[in-house]
This record gives sequence, structure tokens and C-alpha cells, in this order.
Amino acid sequence: MLVPVAAGLMVLVDPLRRKSDAGGAIKVTTLEALPNDGVPRRFPVIASKTDAWNKFKESPIGAVYLRRTGDSKVEALNVVCPHAGCFVDFTAEDKRFHCPCHKSSFEVDGKIADPKSPSPRALDSLTVKVDADGAVWVAFQNFQAGRRDKIPIA
Amino acid sequence: MKAMLAWLDERTGFRKLARGALYENIPGGPRWRHVWGSAVLFAIGVQFITGIFLWMDYSPSAQTAWESVNYIQNEMWGGWLLRGLHHYTAQILPVLLALHLLQIIVYGAYKAPREVNFWFGLILLQLVLMMALTGYQLPWDQKGFSATKVNLNLLGIVPLIGPAVQRILIGGTDYGHLTLTRFFAVHAGVLPVTVLAVLVVRAYLLRRHGFAGERSPVRADAPFWPDQALRNVVACLAVMATLLYLIVRHRIASPTGTLGAELSPPADPSEPYSAARPEWYFLFLYQFLKYFPGDREIWGAIVIPGVVMGVLCLMPFIGRSKGGHRFNVGLICSLFAGAGILTWLAISADARDPGYQAAVKQAAREAERVKVLARSPAGIPSEGAAVLARMDPFIQGPKLFAKNCASCHRFDGSDGMGNVPKDAQSASDLAGFASHAWFAGLLDPTRVSSTNYFGATTHKDGKMSKFVKKDVAGYTPEQKAQLQKVILAVSAEAQLKSQAATDQRDAAIIAEGRTLFKDAMACTDCHQFHVKDPDANAPDLTGYGSRDWLVRFLNNPGHEDFYGKRNDRMPAFGEKKMLSAEEIGLIADWLRGEWYEPAQAQARE
Repeated sequence: MLVPVAAGLMVLVDPLRRKSDAGGAIKVTTLEALPNDGVPRRFPVIASKTDAWNKFKESPIGAVYLRRTGDSKVEALNVVCPHAGCFVDFTAEDKRFHCPCHKSSFEVDGKIADPKSPSPRALDSLTVKVDADGAVWVAFQNFQAGRRDKIPIA
Repeated sequence: MKAMLAWLDERTGFRKLARGALYENIPGGPRWRHVWGSAVLFAIGVQFITGIFLWMDYSPSAQTAWESVNYIQNEMWGGWLLRGLHHYTAQILPVLLALHLLQIIVYGAYKAPREVNFWFGLILLQLVLMMALTGYQLPWDQKGFSATKVNLNLLGIVPLIGPAVQRILIGGTDYGHLTLTRFFAVHAGVLPVTVLAVLVVRAYLLRRHGFAGERSPVRADAPFWPDQALRNVVACLAVMATLLYLIVRHRIASPTGTLGAELSPPADPSEPYSAARPEWYFLFLYQFLKYFPGDREIWGAIVIPGVVMGVLCLMPFIGRSKGGHRFNVGLICSLFAGAGILTWLAISADARDPGYQAAVKQAAREAERVKVLARSPAGIPSEGAAVLARMDPFIQGPKLFAKNCASCHRFDGSDGMGNVPKDAQSASDLAGFASHAWFAGLLDPTRVSSTNYFGATTHKDGKMSKFVKKDVAGYTPEQKAQLQKVILAVSAEAQLKSQAATDQRDAAIIAEGRTLFKDAMACTDCHQFHVKDPDANAPDLTGYGSRDWLVRFLNNPGHEDFYGKRNDRMPAFGEKKMLSAEEIGLIADWLRGEWYEPAQAQARE
């Protein structure tokens, strides 16, 4: 009986050794699409994606909020709330991000706004590069939810 | 027949078994409050039957889960009833079990020698809740997808093993095929087998210890059959009646209401879903989590619920001590009251949250729309139904307009999604763009300089405004009639679906209008119209408002075919790569009212 159980368990835990294809820089938009007033805008992140046996070209893998902080300086935040994984919304009225699920709130730079927020950390910032043509590249990455530290899901 | 049954009895002893079950003594005789166990068993039976039939048509993969559930729900004969039964029994079952548990504790039925019965009851409750959690995401709709993501993230905070267990359940780093196959195996294989095993143990223990009733000097003991059995059957019928009511209740309320369980739009990992909530019987836990900031979350999500479960397990022993039973009753009643209050808090917070209300409405609109698209002649592509929603102007148009256009423009006074944007309107209202009515407003001396047209732009005092306010204002009735013909002619350039019939009917007037455009009205002094005109300096009206024109315009309104150097603030969405070609196409189609509509929408419903 050990043999079938062992064989089954091997297949069951196989996902543990799979690596995520996240982390590479992905072109998300251009500088012109980002307003100068520092208001963040949400963009889908489109990249190729592997789902077990399928490979998808040009498929949405997540979304980011981009905010222009200087002439050619851009900050990127993953839209995923670090608490439990819902997508946060930016509200222009109070210039904050709000999570629709458990009501965490974040400042425009991603820091926790209301100390009563259930989120254990600020919104996850991502590395951004703006190239000579004004294209905005984001190293898209998800992080483990519910942790104080930003642990990449690799 | 008799001989055959006798033979079978000799080999199996089934008569003794049946007699034992039917004539089991109930201390104190039959009572209505003994029906809960049967009701639970009945509901589990319903789940097994409906579950197996759903299994026959369900296909667990990221591209087929929603699609197959949609097919069962909306296309198959009686699919709404089958899925409705399964869905609503899953809602009723935890209630029945909770009431059963309450009854067992209040009447002290957990005391010796029935401790183990009680524990298996608690295990059954856990199993049913796990069934509900794993089943919730199988349709792979936005609602189940988002709620499950939250649940698995909560699992991930368990120290040491959390992240690994999470990854094994997800089947990798990201949600996809393996998430579905694994959840389905747990939901339809592992858990039902475990439930069956628990039920067998409970049945055995029941036979061993007999019914827990209480002897009473005024009520004689009685066997299970027939009086208690009848009461139990009535209870099961009541459960079924409740189920059927829940399934048809929306249809009773409105003739277009959903029959059976709701199915939200197909899951799309790049789309936010702000209406994500767990099933209502988990709302108290959801609300509870809001009170645990930062990394103390594990207390709310794991530790406290775990301790409560532990105390429940210890109840048989606590009940032995003096005052222990009272403590147990007090505890279970306060737990129920607390859960009730938390649930109410969650519901009332959502009722007061306009953002949540809007998200629920939006999800319902999209769900209805995807259902229509799935039935269109093109149908669901092999990439899955999420693509249908992603490529549909009716769904995406308003969203794109709200995000990219509504900081200046309006659509019928709103941002396209029914909200009034924060920024004041500073460009035209594009509802009905290029239609007869829209042009009539543009060429109306009292309206051309209103904010709905040029009022808040640099064109406010431009040539066109001046022309309308001076020349058109002084038109004779004859000229006004000519202008009407020109409006028909220019509007026909857009080839709007909504005006197709009138365009065809008015073909002669339109031809006349085209001539007037050049001659009497002298529009060609500034505008180019079908004939190449290097001197034209106003937007080219050839094909004005057509898909091709609009796409080129959105690509770069500052192109010399359009506003050229006089372009106000409008960005070159295409050339500056602010929007993709698909997105521009979606906006153009939506503004032109160009999306799939079923021919016999009325006939079908």
C-alpha cells in the first residue's frame, strides 16, 4: 500500500518544484499615458503565461497602478492587497487606495493609511524602468499575502 | 417473492437490521425536535444525487469550468433546477447542522456515553464547510475565484506549512487548470468519501447507544416507527419545499429573475472584482477578520476559530463538572449570537457602501451580457468565455470610457458607467455621437457653445461656433430645411446601426443633402468631403463617425485630417500607445452602439 500512496504523493507535491515565470520586465505602457498630476492609473499586465500544460501568449497575468513622480520617473504598485489578495481601488476624492474586501486603506505611495487596516504591510512596489522611447517596463511580481515581509512568490 | 426475501434474509439478516432501525426505542416518545438528524441526512443525500449528475457535465479546467457550468445552467434541460438544488442545499446544510448541534448541546445529548457521536457530529460540520469552500470556486466565475483566492491566502499565513499547502492546493504559483482539478478531486472525491465514512460511524454509534431522548413521567417511550418517522418525513419535505422556493424566488419577484443559482462573469485575473464576498454563512468570519490589523491576522483567521473548535470538542468533559452543562449552553448560545451580530454588521456595512453596491450591479450586468454572448452565433471560443467579455464593446466600452475619456468628456451626463466624475466636464457629451440628434444639437445656435458640445474647449469661439451662432441663427425657413438634409447626409456617413433603416429610407434626401453640403451650405469651404481638398483646415467629414474614421481620430486627433494644430487637449491615444488597437476599437464600437445583440431577444424570454 505504500507504493501507490507514495506515487500519489509525489504527483501531489509536484507543484512545489515548479517555478513562477514572473519577475522579468514587461512593457506595460508609455509615459504619455501617465498624467502629470501624480494620480495613479491602473494598467493590465499582459505577458505570456504557462498554465500547467497550456502556454498562453499575450494573456493578462495581473495589474499594476502606475504613478508619475517626475518627468521620467514612474512608481509601480501591484494592485493586489497584501492582506488577502483582493484588488485595491484608487479613489480620487481622498487620494487613497481602498481594498473592497476587508477595508484596508493605503496612501497614494502605497503606505498603510488607516492604522486599523488589516493589511500587514504597504502595497507591494515593483521595479520600474523607463526607456529612451518613453516605454514603461515593470518587473511584475506577486508576493505572499498576509505576511509582514514582502516574500516573492517564485 | 416471499421465498426469495426469506432466502435473502437468511443470507444477510436484513430483516433484523431493518427492524432494529425502525423499532429503535425513543425515550420520551416522538418529538418534533428530533427531526434535525434526518433533515441533515436528507440534505446530504440531495447533495450526493445532484452532485453526481452535475459531475456528468462539468469539466474542470480554466477554459472549460465556467463554460460547462454555463451550459448546464442556461442550455441544458432542467440544468437550472439541478444546479439550484445543489447550490441551495449547500446553503441550507450548514444551517441544519448548526441547529442540530445547538439542539445536541442544549439537551445535553453530548454527555456520556455519546461523546464520540458528538465528536463525529463536529467532524461532519467541518467536512460540510470544507465542501462548501471547495465547491464555491468550481464554476470559475469571478465570485468564486476571488473568494477562493482570499481563502487560500489566509491558509498561506499558517506558520511553516501554510505556504506549501497553499501551493499544493493551487497546483503551482498561479491559479489555473490544476487549481480546478485539485479542488474538484477534493470536492467530489476525498470529502464525499470521508463524509460517507463519518455517516457510517455515526449510524453504528447510534445503534450502539440508541436515541438520546429524555424519559418523561407523562410521555411514554415509543419506537421510531411510525410516529417519529412520519415527523422526519415531514421535516424532509419542508427542507425540499424551502429549496424549491429559494430556487424560484427571483423569478417570482420579477419575470426576468434568475432561476436557480447565480453565475457571475467568468474569472479574469486582470479584472478587479470588488463584489467579492464569501457565502453568507461565512460572513461572520469575514467580518471578524476586519478587526485584526496587520500580522495579528492569524489570531482572527486561525487561532481563535481553532480554540473555539477545541472547546466545542471538550464540551462532553466540561459538561460533567458542576455547572459545566450550563457553561456549554451559555457558550454555544453566545457563539451563535456573536456570529449573528457579526453577520449583521457585515451585511449592513455592505448595504451602506455605494462602491460595493455598484460592483454588484456591474457584475450582474456583465453576467447577463456574457450569457447573451455565449448564445450568439459566434459562441464561446476555445480560449474560453473570459475572452468574450474582454472583447465585447458593451462590457469594455463604458469601462474604457470612464478610465480614459471621462476626465473631460461625458456620456449622457455620466462617465459611461453611470457615475458622475470628479473633474468638471470640459469636452463634449458623446452619447449618440454622429447621430441626427447629436448633429442637430451641434448646429443649434443655443447649444453649440454649451459644455455638451464646444463650450468648455478651445473651439468655443472657433469658426464652427461662430458659423452656427451667426449664420445658422439667421437662417430662413428654407435654409433650415436644407440644413436638415445636410444633417441627414453627414450623419449617414457614420453608418450607425441605429439609423440604418432611416438612412435607407431617406437615400434620396441624403443625396440631396450631399449636394447642398458643397453648394448652398458651403461646408466644403473648411471641411473636406469625399473629394481631396488640400485647402480644407477643419476635420474631414468623409466617413465622419464611421468606425474607420473614429479609430483614426482616436489614434491621433491632431492629424491634419482632423483638428491638426488646433487640436485642443485630446491625446493621441493610439500613436502615443496609451491605448492598444483593440481598446481603441472597443471604444469606437461602443460609442457607435455597435455590439452583438440577439435578433430575437424578446422571443427568447
